Amino acid sequence: MHKKLLLGVEAIGQGAIDAGISGVYAYPGTPSTEITEYIQENDVAIARNIHRQWSANEKTAMEAALGMSYAGKRTLVCMKHVGLNVAADVFMNIAVTGINGGMIIAVADDPSMHSSQNEQDSRYYGKFAMVPVLEPTDQQEAYDMAIAGLELSEKTGVPVMIRITTRLAHSRSGVRLIETAKEENKISLPKDPMQFVLLPHNARKRYNLLLGLQERFAKLAEESPFNCFEEGEDRSLGIVCCGIAFNYFRENYPGISPYPVVKISQYPLPEKLLFRLESQVDEILVLEEGYPLVEEQLKGFFGRGKKIHGRLDGYLPRAGELNPDLVAAALKIEKQLPQPAAEILVNRPPALCKGCGHHDTYRALNEVMEEYGKGKVFSDIGCYTLGALPPYNSIYSCVDMGASVTMAKGAADAGLFPSIAVVGDSTFTHSGITGLLDAVNEKSNIVLIIGDNESISMTGGQDSSAVGRLESICEGVGVSPDHIHVLESLPKNHELLVSLLRKEIAYDGVSVIIPRRECIQKQARRKRS
Amino acid sequence: MKCDIVLAGVGGQGILSIATVLGFAAVENNLYLKQAETHGMSQRGGAVQSYLRLSDKPIFSDLIPSGEAQLILSVEPLESLRYLSFLSPDGYVITNTTPFVNIPDYPNEEEILKTIRNLPRVVAIDAESVAKNVGNVKSSNMVMLGAASPFIDLPLESLEQGIREIFAKKGEEMIAMNLRAFHAGRAWSERILNR
Repeated sequence: MHKKLLLGVEAIGQGAIDAGISGVYAYPGTPSTEITEYIQENDVAIARNIHRQWSANEKTAMEAALGMSYAGKRTLVCMKHVGLNVAADVFMNIAVTGINGGMIIAVADDPSMHSSQNEQDSRYYGKFAMVPVLEPTDQQEAYDMAIAGLELSEKTGVPVMIRITTRLAHSRSGVRLIETAKEENKISLPKDPMQFVLLPHNARKRYNLLLGLQERFAKLAEESPFNCFEEGEDRSLGIVCCGIAFNYFRENYPGISPYPVVKISQYPLPEKLLFRLESQVDEILVLEEGYPLVEEQLKGFFGRGKKIHGRLDGYLPRAGELNPDLVAAALKIEKQLPQPAAEILVNRPPALCKGCGHHDTYRALNEVMEEYGKGKVFSDIGCYTLGALPPYNSIYSCVDMGASVTMAKGAADAGLFPSIAVVGDSTFTHSGITGLLDAVNEKSNIVLIIGDNESISMTGGQDSSAVGRLESICEGVGVSPDHIHVLESLPKNHELLVSLLRKEIAYDGVSVIIPRRECIQKQARRKRS
Repeated sequence: MKCDIVLAGVGGQGILSIATVLGFAAVENNLYLKQAETHGMSQRGGAVQSYLRLSDKPIFSDLIPSGEAQLILSVEPLESLRYLSFLSPDGYVITNTTPFVNIPDYPNEEEILKTIRNLPRVVAIDAESVAKNVGNVKSSNMVMLGAASPFIDLPLESLEQGIREIFAKKGEEMIAMNLRAFHAGRAWSERILNR
């Protein structure tokens, strides 16, 4: 056994390699990206040639992982919380088909929205699909759970979710590793040839099988080494800690806890442990990162019985991530007031890099849009979303991957003129192509600007999936070649871009303008290596 | 031994190289370590921080509770003021004085330096000039690490070894230059401590 310093996400990647996965499938998204990046650079993964290329989006990633599982091999599929929305269709149905080779779905939530549009709690998805969910407390558990999770998946025949949040995802600590990675599974087809055929009569059968498994999942959670009960002398309060919240609790009581505690890191909820706690204490405080999932379940509909405290009654804030201070306040621990902030302080939000090609695009777009007024440019998710902020103030939407194209189409349907969409190359290939097809089919009057920096930049410069092929994709979808323009996004092409924008706004139909220049960060990295 | 450090800077300034050296030294000395980093959107020129916790006992929280950090180590003056709520009553602020101006409303530089100098325990150092004097402005982060080193209970040799490790791929000359930068920063703080 040896020790390695790993981020929480890297620990999941290392655990999956050591558990003998044959493939990782993912689309980058903070805070999940480094799981896949770690596997891409790992010696064992390279030697075994484990599948480790990026997928076009989370749905294609999860479906490919399912295919690998169908063939009997172990797989890992990774995404950020909102990525699971994209993959929700296949996710909900994998719970019903079940798996053949073991499958972990690692989802990284981002409470406090450090790099996200919302702070949805993926444990609800786990409950929705009725599959076991593991929620690590620290880096060691993240590693152990990748191994235990794949075994649990094969033992129960369903995919297992590992849910992690930003702080653990991006915090480094020492992790004890097993000496050698387990062998990969051999190819083997599912025993039941109908397992993956969700025709209604078979789907009903499979669904009943899943329902029947629920009791087993509960028993496994009851006996799980990841869940535990700690005695405490002061029974005025009992504590329920989920995942990383356990650390914030322990930070406040580094020695022995005065209160009885149930630590939860495997769902469905271990009822017996919770009933044991409830029978001992006067009131219960629930500490959980994310939504009040456990608190709601313990409270029940009528809120009878013992008082349950947490995010729903103001003991903890309803939104945002936890920290040791918030947990101390919920525990009524008095602390000295910290030093006040310096008055001179101002915020330093992120901004486009100096020399970024998106800058040139926005400068031209702003010049053209001056005559049409504000509010007519839809955008999307990526570095270029920073165009919503000063000094650009160029865009008026950022909702979900690909929504710029379809929102522009809908607004054009409503009569908005002009209706412009600004999307990045990778967001376009992730979820923009089908929207463009809708626009083409109805000859919607939109101008689509694909800001092509040939890279997935916001997450660290991963490979974009259709470098050099965007114009042919647009043509293939049915945009007239006369209205597809590619130009290098450089200050010297400012007038050209302005005139192209004017010309295509005047054209009644679908136009695509592709300002193209490699991300300067990616270019710098390429030159360094 | 227990040492909580808030590392502060602007996305792209490379505060993680400092954290990596400290992490290496901590592991060398069999200490427990937790280091929470900022990845994602803020790395595009936004305010970034890393919470580094070292201890000879197990560490629980990845985040430092407010009022408990022994050190704020900042590679940029304005950023040194952003995390004061984390500083313990007897903690030190170690900061670079060269501003990184990438926002339109960056406060008056003199005012910032005045606020910094008025802090009760502070080491303010022009890391860029110190780095330039010993070789290259690019090693200013190692100047800052050197300036913080007298406040961190880690053996000097382990820190030096950590610097050798992270610059190993870049050759002997780079290692030597960064070690010089580290020692120049360390000497600066020692002068202040001995005053």
